[in-house]
Amino acid sequence: MTENGQQPVIVLENVDKHFGDFQALKNINLTVNRGERLVVCGPSGSGKSTMIRCINRLEEHDGGRIFVNGKELTGDVKDIDAVRREVGMVFQSFNLFPHLTVVKNLMLAPKLVRKAGKAEARETAMRFLERVRIPEQADKYPAQLSGGQQQRVAIARALCMNPEVMLFDEPTSALDPEMISEVLDVMVDLAKDGMTMICVTHEMGFARSVADQILFMDAGEIVEMGPPKTFFDQPKNERTKLFLSQIIQH
Amino acid sequence: MIVDFTLITDSIPKMLMGIGLTVELMIVSAVLGTVLAIVLLLMRISGLWYLVWPSVSYIYVFRGTPILVQIFIIYYGLPQFEVIRDSIFWPILREPYGCAVVALSLNTGAYVSEILRGGILGVDRGLGEAGAALGLSVRQRFIHITTPIAIRLAIPAYSNDIVSLMKSTALASTITLLDMMGIARTIVAETFAPYEVFISLAVIYIIMTFFIQKGFGRFEKHMSRYLKKEA
Ligand SMILES: Nc1ncnc2c1ncn2[C@@H]1O[C@H](COP(=O)(O)OP(=O)(O)OP(=O)(O)O)[C@@H](O)[C@H]1O
Ligand SMILES: [Mg+2]
Repeated sequence: MTENGQQPVIVLENVDKHFGDFQALKNINLTVNRGERLVVCGPSGSGKSTMIRCINRLEEHDGGRIFVNGKELTGDVKDIDAVRREVGMVFQSFNLFPHLTVVKNLMLAPKLVRKAGKAEARETAMRFLERVRIPEQADKYPAQLSGGQQQRVAIARALCMNPEVMLFDEPTSALDPEMISEVLDVMVDLAKDGMTMICVTHEMGFARSVADQILFMDAGEIVEMGPPKTFFDQPKNERTKLFLSQIIQH
Repeated sequence: MIVDFTLITDSIPKMLMGIGLTVELMIVSAVLGTVLAIVLLLMRISGLWYLVWPSVSYIYVFRGTPILVQIFIIYYGLPQFEVIRDSIFWPILREPYGCAVVALSLNTGAYVSEILRGGILGVDRGLGEAGAALGLSVRQRFIHITTPIAIRLAIPAYSNDIVSLMKSTALASTITLLDMMGIARTIVAETFAPYEVFISLAVIYIIMTFFIQKGFGRFEKHMSRYLKKEA
């Protein structure tokens, strides 16, 4: 499935998702190639979280097909685990394990899932803590860190599994304004290093400078998608225009 | 009425001779009950109807009936059955002590199981999702994420339940055991002074409650150390 030398890492084909009678995703088609950065935006309830949560099976899609690195996501636990190892995720609410120190938060999955030895896991953990610029917090508990620091730990924790793709679900929207940039800086670094990323965010400055494609969702559908320049300067759809005017007013 | 202080000072040491039995009944039943509670809990959250259903019914029955009734059924009721008398459980169920431990453990198991389940339900769903997203299996998430947090959340309710259990051991006196309550009843039968004897006994139970709560309070503090803002 290579077109003009690009390797698709994530492919969604006609994906539907229902919660009871309510259809949260309607016929989603999307391809994300290796090294590509996709920003997803849209009003609350439009299905942004649901879409990216389907990619690592935190939600189960009920129509269409999803491929990650060529592997189809089915109900098979082995496939799900294999996909989850390739896909890192960062949540709005950090979700650090409160009973483990920062470094142990980072070591847990490599030890349990990758069967890394303790020394090796610690070494990897410290490397990624340096990368998110908080190695000195390694032995603190999450509750002792600021929101921005916690989110950077969460990013480092996902990176320790050496994922092919990173999913971000509004990583800065629970943060105090003065902490947003320290998290965005880390994400920009990641993008520079060539990480494949899907970011749900309303940080339009970040989107403009980092995204290859911006995707606008509304009511469970992909309404519009394009490179930042076209997206911001010549939005085609009325819903996109309305949304952008609201976002920019803030 | 006139309070007989010499009777109080005489009866307290006598009742304290039963404290060993009271404490033993409490600890043995707490340990066995907690093990049972864990088994019931795992059955309950297994998602398999043939395990969930027995666990739920068991908990419903044992929480829905007085513990005194349970003790009487086990002590007076079970020996009526030939199968019980022929079974390997008979050496235990033949003795009042065995019956008391069995009844207290079965009862505690039902209550503690619900307490532990409450702890598990109290764990933020996002933590399990974070574990899943990192590729941890259901079992790994349960052992390394849910359980340690659930234990901390369950401590206060568990502590209350152990206090209840401690007080319930007094019911063992109804099946002839000479725990503190059993001794108190004997003294009252001889002296016809229920007031002095039972008030003194109540004070002893209160002191025990105090120490149990204190102990669990410390344990909770230890388990919650990671929630403190400052290192
Ligand atoms: N577990 C669920 N059960 C029922 N409905 C759900 C569930 N999760 C999401 N929904 C519904 O699906 C729709 C899409 O939700 P989703 O969380 O994907 O929106 P979103 O675009 O991420 O919104 P937000 O910006 O508020 O995070 C919403 O209407 C939401 O109420
Ligand atoms: Mg969302």
